[in-house]
Amino acid sequence: MSSRVPLTYGKKVLELFRNPKNLGKIEDANASALAGSLACGDMIAIYLKVDELNEKIIDAKFESYGCAANIAAASILTEMVKGKGLKDAWRISWRDISDELGGLPSVKYHCGILAVGALRRAIRAYYANKHSEWLPKDLTQEERHALEEEKLMEVLAKRVQRSLSNE
Amino acid sequence: MSYSDLSKSINELIESHGIPKREVYLDNENSGLIIPEVLKAIEDAYKWDGKGHPSITHLMGWISYQSLYKATESIASILNCNPEEIVYTHSGTEANNLAIMGSAINSMRRKILISSIEHLSVIFSAERLERYGFKVMKIPVDKEGFIDLEFLSKHIDKETFMVSVAAVNHEIGTIQDIKAIADIVKGKDKDILIHTDACDALGRIPLDMKKLGIDLASFSSHKVYGPKGVGALYVREGIKLESIIHGQLSTQKLWPGVENVPGIVGFSRAVEFMHKNLRENVLKMMELRDRLINNILERVNHTLLNGPFGDKRAPDNVNISFLYCEGEALTVELSLNGIYVSSGSACTSRVLEPSHVLLAIGRRYEEAHGSLLMKVTPFHTVSDIDYVLEILPKVVKRIRFMSPIKPSEG
Repeated sequence: MSSRVPLTYGKKVLELFRNPKNLGKIEDANASALAGSLACGDMIAIYLKVDELNEKIIDAKFESYGCAANIAAASILTEMVKGKGLKDAWRISWRDISDELGGLPSVKYHCGILAVGALRRAIRAYYANKHSEWLPKDLTQEERHALEEEKLMEVLAKRVQRSLSNE
Repeated sequence: MSYSDLSKSINELIESHGIPKREVYLDNENSGLIIPEVLKAIEDAYKWDGKGHPSITHLMGWISYQSLYKATESIASILNCNPEEIVYTHSGTEANNLAIMGSAINSMRRKILISSIEHLSVIFSAERLERYGFKVMKIPVDKEGFIDLEFLSKHIDKETFMVSVAAVNHEIGTIQDIKAIADIVKGKDKDILIHTDACDALGRIPLDMKKLGIDLASFSSHKVYGPKGVGALYVREGIKLESIIHGQLSTQKLWPGVENVPGIVGFSRAVEFMHKNLRENVLKMMELRDRLINNILERVNHTLLNGPFGDKRAPDNVNISFLYCEGEALTVELSLNGIYVSSGSACTSRVLEPSHVLLAIGRRYEEAHGSLLMKVTPFHTVSDIDYVLEILPKVVKRIRFMSPIKPSEG
């Protein structure tokens, strides 16, 4: 097939792809969210178990549909948030994920962005009916990215359907 | 990531991956093995009859010219054309560029028709012409990848300088009826050039340049298990092309530069090898192909074959979509098990979109993302295929297990 790039990610990605940490659902999660879509080729689900007293993340798990970097990004993020307060978890950036993975190649940055997008959606879901002083009202860049990717795919998929039915 | 970081990271990645105990290489779409006797012929040519420059006037030049000419005669006799009608390039991509750009420059007409599933070297060459006022029209294909002949017939006109359709599609193996296409086009206007990208047809279907009634055809050496870096363009006698690269010394005007004589010798040996036993090779590949296709479709749920079944499919091509799987994850997991394949997923591409070929035959995005392309060779064994059949269902199961969206019956 046409233009491809080699998988130039660090060995940590391959290790986590082989033996992902925190894979699966948390049945009694009190916050969870999904980002991306099958059509995008990237999808990450984040499940959080939050201690309601001190708003600390006790447990975190993930599921991922996507490339090896996508799976590794989601897996490392769940490792990074465990034991953190929600406010600190919110501050994790896609660059932190990339650094933890030994540096993602530029074409895979969006895997880190999608993982952060999913986490922040989960944190927002946790606060859906609760008050928070620090939670930003407006969507952050990572959340917007997830949204844009999902919307773009809808448009592209419709365009393909249109061009097929026209001819 | 800087260049040195990248090489360190690649080293670590390879070390962490390790060399699998058993390996089956099926990524022959992208490149692959070289036939051992071809490699030996190349080595001999580098040491002796291919080391000179074939346009130079001394013994080594003459000997080199003799080798080049012998190789060309052999290829020409297999393709049923004259040796003068073969132009060497350094890849199939270059041959496609030369065919399209080289004839556009020379033409007063301003329209080209290509199929919507062409190799990107054809699509991008045609689209580049748009910048210079040309019109590109893409011929739609049906769900198996066969071009719409009615559309073609309706849209060729006095402005059309070329129709370009691959004889065999590189991704889904659809074998087009090039003779019928040529008859339709030439029946309307014999001045319209017919080009076919025959890179994936050579060694898979019989190719007779005279019988096909075409003007231009591209070939690639590594697709017939010859060396990389060698391509060729058949240019029918009387067709005027303009060179698209410029230089000085060469035995051929259309592609100036030192001919890769050892590579060309290797290419000719590979073509000879594939054609010496063409029928036998094709039957062997078909048997392996169908063993792989039928067993995957039977043993793995939620799978779709991309491209046609049976005789209208290239004998080496296996392209299957595994729903609820992302293709790059599959290729990495298979790689860990020593099986090397490629995918039409967007993740493996520089652009956001998955394979344009799969979208053109009506596959949805998620179906294209989960596609795997495997190409068998006459050198594979039933045991190789059975190893793939043993591993692949487990690989698909694990990748599906990791996904938040799973097929209903597991």
